[in-house]
Amino acid sequence: MDAQTKVPLVEMKDISLAFGGLKAVDHASIDLYPGEVVGLLGHNGAGKSCLIKVLSGAYPRDSGQIFINGEEAHIANPRDAKGYGIETIYQTLALADNVDAASNLYLGREIMTRWGTLDDSAMEHEARKVMARLNPNFRRFKDPVTALSGGQRQSVAIARAIHFNARILIMDEPTAALGPAETAQVGELIKQLKSEGIGIFLISHDIHDVFDLADRVTVMKNGRIVGAAPVKDVTKDEVLGMIILGKCPPGATPGPGAVAG
Amino acid sequence: MSSSAPIVRSDVPDEPLFKRLMRATEIDTRMVGMIAALTLIWVGFNVYTYFQSGEGLFLTPRNLWNLTVQTSSVAVMATGMVLIIVMRHIDLSVGAILGFVSTIIGVTQTSVLPYYLGLDSPYIWIVTVMLGLVVGAAIGALHGSLVAYLGIPAFIVTLGGQLFWRGAAWWVTTGKTIAPLDERFALMGGGPLGSIGAVASWSLAALACIGIVIGLYAGRRRRLRYNFPLRPMWAEIALAVVGCFVALGATWVVNDYPWPERVAANYATAHHIQAPEGGLFISTGYAIPVLIVLVAGIVMTFIAKRTRFGRYVYAIGGNPEAAELAGINTKKITVLVFAIMGVLAAISGCIESARLDAATNVLGQFEELYVIAAAVIGGTSLMGGVGTIYGALIGALVIQSLQSGMVLLGFDSAFQEMVVGVVLVGAVGIDTFYRRGTARG
Ligand SMILES: Nc1ncnc2c1ncn2[C@@H]1O[C@H](COP(=O)(O)OP(=O)(O)OP(=O)(O)O)[C@@H](O)[C@H]1O
Ligand SMILES: [Mg+2]
Repeated sequence: MDAQTKVPLVEMKDISLAFGGLKAVDHASIDLYPGEVVGLLGHNGAGKSCLIKVLSGAYPRDSGQIFINGEEAHIANPRDAKGYGIETIYQTLALADNVDAASNLYLGREIMTRWGTLDDSAMEHEARKVMARLNPNFRRFKDPVTALSGGQRQSVAIARAIHFNARILIMDEPTAALGPAETAQVGELIKQLKSEGIGIFLISHDIHDVFDLADRVTVMKNGRIVGAAPVKDVTKDEVLGMIILGKCPPGATPGPGAVAG
Repeated sequence: MSSSAPIVRSDVPDEPLFKRLMRATEIDTRMVGMIAALTLIWVGFNVYTYFQSGEGLFLTPRNLWNLTVQTSSVAVMATGMVLIIVMRHIDLSVGAILGFVSTIIGVTQTSVLPYYLGLDSPYIWIVTVMLGLVVGAAIGALHGSLVAYLGIPAFIVTLGGQLFWRGAAWWVTTGKTIAPLDERFALMGGGPLGSIGAVASWSLAALACIGIVIGLYAGRRRRLRYNFPLRPMWAEIALAVVGCFVALGATWVVNDYPWPERVAANYATAHHIQAPEGGLFISTGYAIPVLIVLVAGIVMTFIAKRTRFGRYVYAIGGNPEAAELAGINTKKITVLVFAIMGVLAAISGCIESARLDAATNVLGQFEELYVIAAAVIGGTSLMGGVGTIYGALIGALVIQSLQSGMVLLGFDSAFQEMVVGVVLVGAVGIDTFYRRGTARG
């Protein structure tokens, strides 16, 4: 893919975000092209979730700019982000625990009847269709999502993110709670979405998964970008070195977080 | 999945009858529990008074009619308190808002509007009620804004609000009782004239029956359209029969309660009717405040279940952060919920001042406690996210039944308060225990 000649779908430039004195994200830049999967890697607390939460509108950034299709985007809250076609599967899933799967799927975007009331039947009907694709064993449509297993909850969160024609999909550890079959299903799903031209940020601690699915990887350490590289130009061991030591191998473009030498 | 034969919930062999009944009718067990508790209280008091005085005094049309009227003020507010508590907030100011609004209404009715509209204008009551609702909404919205935009806990905002509006009510009346109020306005309080009589009550019951049947039918058709599991036909019919039975039974009771002799006699003379031997029997029928409760209950249930706003209230209560991330404007919803609570408190202010035919600055004092208790006894969880309007209505009825029953037995009010306190804690205790038992079930 000759990605570099096209306009990036997303470009985050020089993003910083601090909590008190803690620099969770420190002058980080990252980009994403249509039909591309970018794996975002890093140790626990590296700032991956914070960086993507800036993009999804959950955290207001302290400085930096976001461009969508080359134009500066104004993202101050989750509604703005959804307006740009950005959908997010949060690490915490962010489900409304006491309502059912269909209500969660459509939370904020409910199907209404012609009388302007909630059309729960239509929503449940659609939810059954989406879930059949993602997790065919899923049956508990009437229960509040607190009553579901971790993996079932994750399926609901994934369904919500893919159901609304996202252009940009953020997946923060989407398969952490899934069984092998469901994980494979999400892998297939990512490939399919990619072929539809959707850009995906994939955060995962499973380096094998990332190498299977991603076109490029970007590594963060202590809030800073260590470097970015196409997966074909680096080995798993080199990427592990980036994550643990912050050492940027020759195949990668170093960022501000790379250690010298 | 797309087979065209309707799916009927299949019977599980060996399932106990009660469980099977609950599953087929899809009635929630906690509702059955509450109704059972209420029945127990009613029958208990009736039996007790029977042994005490030789006749059952509780299950009489007169007592039941009074019970519903006395419940109405707390019941109206409890429907709103449910949503407040579901959102993990609390409103301690409703009693004070009620008092303040009633004094505003009283003053405009007696010393402002008569100068503009004339002393006996038919518009006075409607203008003052509207004014009251607007004032209630504004106060609620103010409280909600302080909670939502400044992040002050609702407990503090409404505690301050309670002191402020109670004081403001004194300031409006300078401590005087404002009476009498407008005659038409007073009908909102109930009483023989503030009730709708036999014919209208029966018509209403018929309407309710038609509504129940249409509702069940529409629900079944909707499920058929999407091929969702259906209730078995016998369960649908049972629901319709029970629903209609309750509507007709309640109507029969309120129609069996006659106007007091003297009022009936006055009416007879005024309308040149020859009173038969033993006095004229005029059915009281449903009292207007009770109809207000029914309307409030239906409207609030509709809001909670069928509107976006209601869905967001529950979603926010379940997980505020998730709701925010889903793009819901949680601040706006918070303001709206408190505004609705303010409107309901204003409606209760109308009911209570109309019933007293007077407005005073102490009206509704301590009522917030009963309103919160009603919502909580009715199953609203202080952890947020859980609660039903009908539950709160039954909760209000439970509290008032206990109080009325103890009045019949001659217990003093100190004792009544102690009992209500014990019941509140007991109900939540049982509920917590029960929930733990069936958690994740
Ligand atoms: N709401 C918050 N308030 C204060 N500090 C926060 C908050 N959110 C994150 N942080 C801090 O910011 C840093 C980066 O956190 P972040 O969640 O982005 O890490 P992460 O890379 O996603 O880690 P993990 O792999 O464990 O998910 C951490 O040190 C964390 O403690
Ligand atoms: Mg994270």
